Amino acid sequence: MEATVDKKYTFRDFESDQEVRWCPGCDDYVILRSMQKALPEMGVNKEDVVFISGIGCSSRFPYYMDTFGMHGIHGRAPAIATGVKLANNDLSVWVITGDGDSMAIGGNHFIHVLRRNVDLNIVLFNNEIYGLTKGQFSPTSLVGQKTKSSPYGNTQPPFSPGELAIGAQARFFARIGGNTPKEMSQIFIECNKFKGTSLVEVLQNCPIFNNGAFDEFTDRKVRADRQLFVEHGKPMIFGKERDKGLVLNGLKLEVVTIGENGITEGDILVHDAEEKDPTLHQMLVRLSYPMVTGIIRRVSDKPFEERENEQREKVKANSKFKKTKDLFFAGDVYEVT
Amino acid sequence: MDLIETKRPSQSLEAVVIRFVGDSGDGMQLTGTQFSDTSAMFGNDIATFPNYPAEIRAPQGSLYGVSGYQVHIGSVEISTPGDEVDLLVAMNPAGLKTNLHSVKPGHTIIVDTDSFTKKNLEKAQYETNPLEDGSLANYRVIEVEMTTLTREALKDIDGLDNKSMTRTKNMFALGMVYWMYNRSPEHTIEFFKNKFKARPEIVEANTKVLNTGFYFAETLELIPNAYTVSPAKMQPGTYRIIMGNRATAWGFLAAAEKSGMELFLGSYPITPASDILHELVKHGHFGVKSLQAEDEIAGISSAIGASFAGDLAITTTSGPGLALKGEALGLAMMIELPLVVVNVQRGGPSTGLPTKTEQSDLLQAMYGRNGESPVIVIAASTPANCFDYAYHAAKLTLEHMTPVLLLTDGYIANGSAPWKIRTVDEMPDIKNHVFKSNGEEWHPYDRDPDTLARRWPIPGTPGMEHRVGGLEKDKVTGNVSYVPENHEYMTKVRAEKIKRVQNFIPEITPEFAEEGDLLVVGWGGTYGSLHSAVKHMYEEGYEGIGYTHFNYLNPLPKNTEEVLKRFKKIVVCELNNGQFAKVLRMHFDGHDLVQFNKIQGLPFGNGELMEKFKQLLK
Ligand SMILES: Cc1ncc(C[n+]2csc(CCOP(=O)(O)OP(=O)(O)O)c2C)c(N)n1
Ligand code: SF4
Ligand SMILES: [Mg+2]
Repeated sequence: MEATVDKKYTFRDFESDQEVRWCPGCDDYVILRSMQKALPEMGVNKEDVVFISGIGCSSRFPYYMDTFGMHGIHGRAPAIATGVKLANNDLSVWVITGDGDSMAIGGNHFIHVLRRNVDLNIVLFNNEIYGLTKGQFSPTSLVGQKTKSSPYGNTQPPFSPGELAIGAQARFFARIGGNTPKEMSQIFIECNKFKGTSLVEVLQNCPIFNNGAFDEFTDRKVRADRQLFVEHGKPMIFGKERDKGLVLNGLKLEVVTIGENGITEGDILVHDAEEKDPTLHQMLVRLSYPMVTGIIRRVSDKPFEERENEQREKVKANSKFKKTKDLFFAGDVYEVT
Repeated sequence: MDLIETKRPSQSLEAVVIRFVGDSGDGMQLTGTQFSDTSAMFGNDIATFPNYPAEIRAPQGSLYGVSGYQVHIGSVEISTPGDEVDLLVAMNPAGLKTNLHSVKPGHTIIVDTDSFTKKNLEKAQYETNPLEDGSLANYRVIEVEMTTLTREALKDIDGLDNKSMTRTKNMFALGMVYWMYNRSPEHTIEFFKNKFKARPEIVEANTKVLNTGFYFAETLELIPNAYTVSPAKMQPGTYRIIMGNRATAWGFLAAAEKSGMELFLGSYPITPASDILHELVKHGHFGVKSLQAEDEIAGISSAIGASFAGDLAITTTSGPGLALKGEALGLAMMIELPLVVVNVQRGGPSTGLPTKTEQSDLLQAMYGRNGESPVIVIAASTPANCFDYAYHAAKLTLEHMTPVLLLTDGYIANGSAPWKIRTVDEMPDIKNHVFKSNGEEWHPYDRDPDTLARRWPIPGTPGMEHRVGGLEKDKVTGNVSYVPENHEYMTKVRAEKIKRVQNFIPEITPEFAEEGDLLVVGWGGTYGSLHSAVKHMYEEGYEGIGYTHFNYLNPLPKNTEEVLKRFKKIVVCELNNGQFAKVLRMHFDGHDLVQFNKIQGLPFGNGELMEKFKQLLK
């Protein structure tokens, strides 16, 4: 794809003529803009970009992008997008989904698309609430969370999207705060580069129904101290003073302070996103302090459509059937005169 | 084989119905297919009806574990597998018990006496041995120690255990039947040679037993005459035997080739539709892309995605699967993309009778979606014409830019019949609405003035970027619109688009009487049964009886009402509780319309139909 790009774009080229209708202050705006800014950097032609969504506030996204797009049905975007990609492997296909869309009604498609490793990019807008239907708890809502459908507190323990995804063999998983547009754009660019399913969970604030859900780690004031933005090959260090880091203590991750108890920078774990064994990636996903963002896992593996193509080409090469006529007249045919 | 040439006294028959029955593990489906293929190659017209249990390995010898395969062969045109049986081959007591009622009195039953053990008789719930208690006095029973003779024939072949030996006894039976009907075992021997290239001992054993059965029948004094069924008068041409499901698959292959599009199948296994999936996955050499999805919803959703990206997309399923596809089918209708949904109907509701046939998904097909959501509904009516209707489903969906629901059923999907091979060159052209603007202003919902089909701009085409979705759209731009008048307008356009399909489908022409006292009406897979019953009536001298069959169900052919008017009385025959009758009543008032329904998971029998028609003509 990169080779065929013949146009230079700015983010304006990716704005559609439709008025954006999310609530003021919603992180969805940030995601939209980050995407529009990332696309010109990806080296793809606009006509090769397709956004497929399910249903939810988040799923209105394709209407606002001046690319090909389909606002599908609730939960089914990964399946629709799989069809798009199989029909035309040259497209850059994006799935836009919410926490309800992907983990509740669409849970089945979500795990299977990851298992197959179709070359799609999934952006999961996780606001830990059902936005569009006005505030019921979702599969990522916390226990105790009071919502329209849990007035006394939610009693259903949540999924962690990354944990579920990696359990379903996700090769690429990233997490990003909804208020860090630059890093988000960068991750989108990485998603597009990655051959296989890439999943980004955006911690998306819904100021209307679940305001401040992620403030604990995304608020500007605490971000540096409570968020660890991991980069492949770099030590996992965080903190305003860059003095906190992760080490393994037995089978557990532990936060240590550099300079205390004889800990030096050399003791801090170096992030290996490309390690096939998902154990450490799962631990990073599950940490609540610090909240790990960035590309946590990126393990290359043959995408599904490539497996399919290779097989089909082999079948083609070995087959005596070039046209349907060859098939229809093969085998036990007989003449009636 | 010179044996076949041996002249012998033979009785000539126009048509014969043979049924092979036995335990699920007795190989009855193979035996039946071999007999029907061989007969077709001999030039007979044939119709077949496999009837097998839902359990894959039902307990041996049990009544519900009986598997059967019926073949109707004829020197005349054959349109059904037949209801009454001329020859029953029963490999065990359970098979005899469950099938005896179908055998015409005075006709022949071949039994493997070795299987009539005390244990098997008990499992079949016989209190006394029917071979001894005189209960078969009305039939000509040919008792053969088939298991013993089979083992005897194989005793010199190395490498076969007792079980493998016994397993070939179906070939003994087949050999006997080949001799009785003057067929050569050659085709079956070839079949084994091809199938078991690497296992010469299996080929040898089956060949040996087949020939032994054949010679046994020849020398057996119990068979007084051999029968012949001469070749049927069929249109000249090259034929092959085809099963309905395969014909459906091939129809789509042909449509893809003709239209120059790539075929995409998204599907989830379900009886009796899985064979379409099994067939299409073989054909990667034609560029077929197939996805066995995680469920039916993903099956159809992936097909919608493929269609959006410019493939000829289909999804295949059966009753419960169609229910799951409802919402997505509504989306395809709403965004006006081409998509064929094949529903191979089976006994319903719920899980119902998965291995039996029924026509009870008609209303689901027509109305089973939320909102005003019309789609084109068509139905194939014979195993062979599944090819044509699959082809036409693809043609209609591409030319009208709206989903088509193609109905077949377990009966025609699993049944086989001779198919006069069609090539893509003989098939009608298929147009499509793939669109690329040459700089002129365009909108995704600009419509073709004749069909009202919208444009089909495809990802990858510069300048064609646009959005579609399930929310109501503006009538031109396709952007989301909540304008009240626009919604009403769009609802009516989508309905009108389906109605206009009437201008592109054939009218109905009643057969036999063109007007008169009684019009027999059918649709879908009952064609064979209904046609042959009316034909018999006509031949018996009933003149005022006409017959018309519907393959296009939504919209109905233009002249439907005009044809209904020509008859005093109309009988709508369906394998359900009256769904098409409801549709006709809804569309057309004031006709004396009666129903004849059967809901037993079985096709109509000739006898019951004629009895009903005669009663209505009184
Ligand atoms: C089949 C179906 N069931 C239910 C709905 C109603 N519905 C629409 S969006 C939604 C939840 C969306 O939540 P989420 O995916 O988290 O998206 P958000 O609005 O929070 O972005 C529900 C239940 C629907 N549109 N379709
Ligand atoms: S409801 Fe919440 S998620 Fe939806 S647009 Fe408003 S703020 Fe955003
Ligand atoms: Mg949500």
